[in-house]
Amino acid sequence: MAEISGGGHKGPLSIHIPEPPGRPGDSPDFSHIKIPKAGETRCPDLDTKAEDMRDMAYSIVRVLDRNGNAVGPWADFLGDDQNDEVLLRGLKDMMVTRAFDQRMQTAQRQGKTSFYVQCTGEEAIATGFQRMMRDGDMNFPTYRQQGLLIAAECPLIDMMNQIYSNEKDPLAGHQLPALYSFKEHGFFTISGNLGTQYVQAVGWAMASAISGDDKIASAWIGDGSTAETDFHSGMLFASVYKPPVVLNIVNNQWAISSSNAIAGSQNTTFAARALGYGFPSIRVDGNDYLAVLAASKWATERARRNLGPTLIEWVTYRVAAHSTSDDPSAYRPQTESDAWPLGDPIERLKNHLIAEGYWSEERHVQAQAEIESEIIAIQKQAESHGTLVKGDGPDAELMFDGVYKEMPEHLVRQRIEFEKENVEG
Amino acid sequence: MARMTMIEAIRDAMDVKMGQDQDVVVFGEDVGYFGGVFRCTQGLQEKYGKERCFDAPINESAIVGAGIGMATYGKRPCIEIQFADYVLPAYDQIVSEAARMRHRSNGEFTCPMVIRMPTGGGIFGGQTHSQSPEAIFTHVSGLKTLIPSNPYDAKGMLIAAIEDDDPVIFLEPKRLYNGPFDGHHELAVTPWSKHDMGEVPEGHYTIPIGKANVVREGTDVTILAYGTMVYVAEAAAREQGIDAEIIDLRSLLPLDLETIEASVNKTGRCVIVHEATLTSGFGAELAALVQQHCFYALEAPVKRVAGWDTPYPHAQEWDYFPGPKRLGSALKTTLETK
Repeated sequence: MAEISGGGHKGPLSIHIPEPPGRPGDSPDFSHIKIPKAGETRCPDLDTKAEDMRDMAYSIVRVLDRNGNAVGPWADFLGDDQNDEVLLRGLKDMMVTRAFDQRMQTAQRQGKTSFYVQCTGEEAIATGFQRMMRDGDMNFPTYRQQGLLIAAECPLIDMMNQIYSNEKDPLAGHQLPALYSFKEHGFFTISGNLGTQYVQAVGWAMASAISGDDKIASAWIGDGSTAETDFHSGMLFASVYKPPVVLNIVNNQWAISSSNAIAGSQNTTFAARALGYGFPSIRVDGNDYLAVLAASKWATERARRNLGPTLIEWVTYRVAAHSTSDDPSAYRPQTESDAWPLGDPIERLKNHLIAEGYWSEERHVQAQAEIESEIIAIQKQAESHGTLVKGDGPDAELMFDGVYKEMPEHLVRQRIEFEKENVEG
Repeated sequence: MARMTMIEAIRDAMDVKMGQDQDVVVFGEDVGYFGGVFRCTQGLQEKYGKERCFDAPINESAIVGAGIGMATYGKRPCIEIQFADYVLPAYDQIVSEAARMRHRSNGEFTCPMVIRMPTGGGIFGGQTHSQSPEAIFTHVSGLKTLIPSNPYDAKGMLIAAIEDDDPVIFLEPKRLYNGPFDGHHELAVTPWSKHDMGEVPEGHYTIPIGKANVVREGTDVTILAYGTMVYVAEAAAREQGIDAEIIDLRSLLPLDLETIEASVNKTGRCVIVHEATLTSGFGAELAALVQQHCFYALEAPVKRVAGWDTPYPHAQEWDYFPGPKRLGSALKTTLETK
């Protein structure tokens, strides 16, 4: 056989097991993430073909610079959508989301509910994206997009009642805490199974288009769950039928204890997944509220103009644990979140608003206190309807409801059996 | 009234509903231009346009997943999975998503969707074109599982399924597409054009979901059957000279327990037959129900006749298939029990 050039390997074969840049005891290291300067990444026209913007899948769209100024073509694209009213509301949405998370995390630790999931450090993505959604549009979220609901002005008490599975739980105790369903706020029922809803969002958008409607859908997934076949199913159907959908990947670096390297991040970016499917993809600084607004506007506008799907990879960091059942100190460096190079989304927007003269440190401290006391008041109200361990909760018989539109006989028999069991004690 | 094959009756059901309801959308592998590998959707794309009847990529999970998205939007997707054997990649979407949508959202989101699929053996399809997976659906709360045995029922049941507000698994016994096959593979099958149940009314009618059909009244023994086994049961009873009462269940879930109970209480004996493998098959559920509800009327143990617990073989198809001989011998044993 002729000599083949390239690759001098001799000996046994081996596979590659990717490792994160650091484990407990190591110094945090994010040098593998190439971060362009704010304003540096171009803003293509909405109808740009995927093949003419492949670079966007490898760069990072950033608007806010180190001094809190909004710079570059994406700031220009945002135009009046970054006025002080919008941005102050965005700041408040993020602050409410974080304060809500903190209260609910504590409530879980106090035993008032079984489970909670925080989105600390990722608040800008969902709250900013929701600004570009309209009434009747539909998000297909994961359990870390509570910011969508808060930005959509879903009453916090309804969310808390669900978390507590109390007598006012809108889901009648059927679903895990924080796996909400709020149709009127454009928030699809969260499955909890990972990735399954990606392709459903695509199907929903197809249905809207088939019906001649003007509503768009938005799919959400984490970096780890892009490994699921349903992620690729959604990408494929989006590529084939070009429905009005925005496909979001929240790359927060960690899937419980697996770094995104286990989902394939060492070889390419998650945004680049769309290149094989041939539709536009952008990679965005998820901790930059203005970049979130701009990219969300770009992608939702494309959907509304029937230009088809867009993939957005939001580059961010999961500051909190995966959930209340998780302890990240067991698998990543303690100080990793402090070393995250894209900073904190609330701090960055606050600094921008201060630089623009719309906000001050004093007002921020005051707003923080007001938000906290407001949430505490709502929490008291929610707890007056009970918690998972206090009060009567939803009627037990309600578990038989909603399996089918009309209860079939075999379930009726089981419900009667259950009622007898309870009477007999 | 027109005489139709089961394929034509199924197509007619979709045609009727697509004509009546703009929200009915039909898609799946090869169903658009070509009209499906069994031709069940032939002509629908031409008649209703590409957005209402179209081809899908070979990805069952995506087909069902997208269908779920459409159903929750407000459409009524009627999806084809090319063979029931191919449904497994979509199982997560069916079980964890479609079936639970109403319950987990407490009624906010619902999933009115039909998933049609050719089921069962008898066509030398080997292990990838012959299986009968009904039990993996009847085990899931939130699903309805139907299986018609003739053109008349197929049309009425499919229309009822499309109009139903919950997800429905619609199994089509492919060996019955062209005629009432009774297991005698050595003989030519009678075409539906020569069978009473091949008479299919025009336009809209429904067969209510959850109602069994007593296809033959009798006093000696009750045979619980569905799909192709209905005709195997008729042949077995006839050949053994047994006055069997044959019940075509039609709807496995919800199940018409009332009809089953009345029959077994009358005959005192019960034989259950299905093509699917025996262990944990739907026959086990039926046997348990009969035992529980008809115990004092029973004069013999409830017997199950089924496919062997092996993968569906190719060359040994007729050794595997529960034909009139195997069922006939089970009927004799059951009747001989004093």
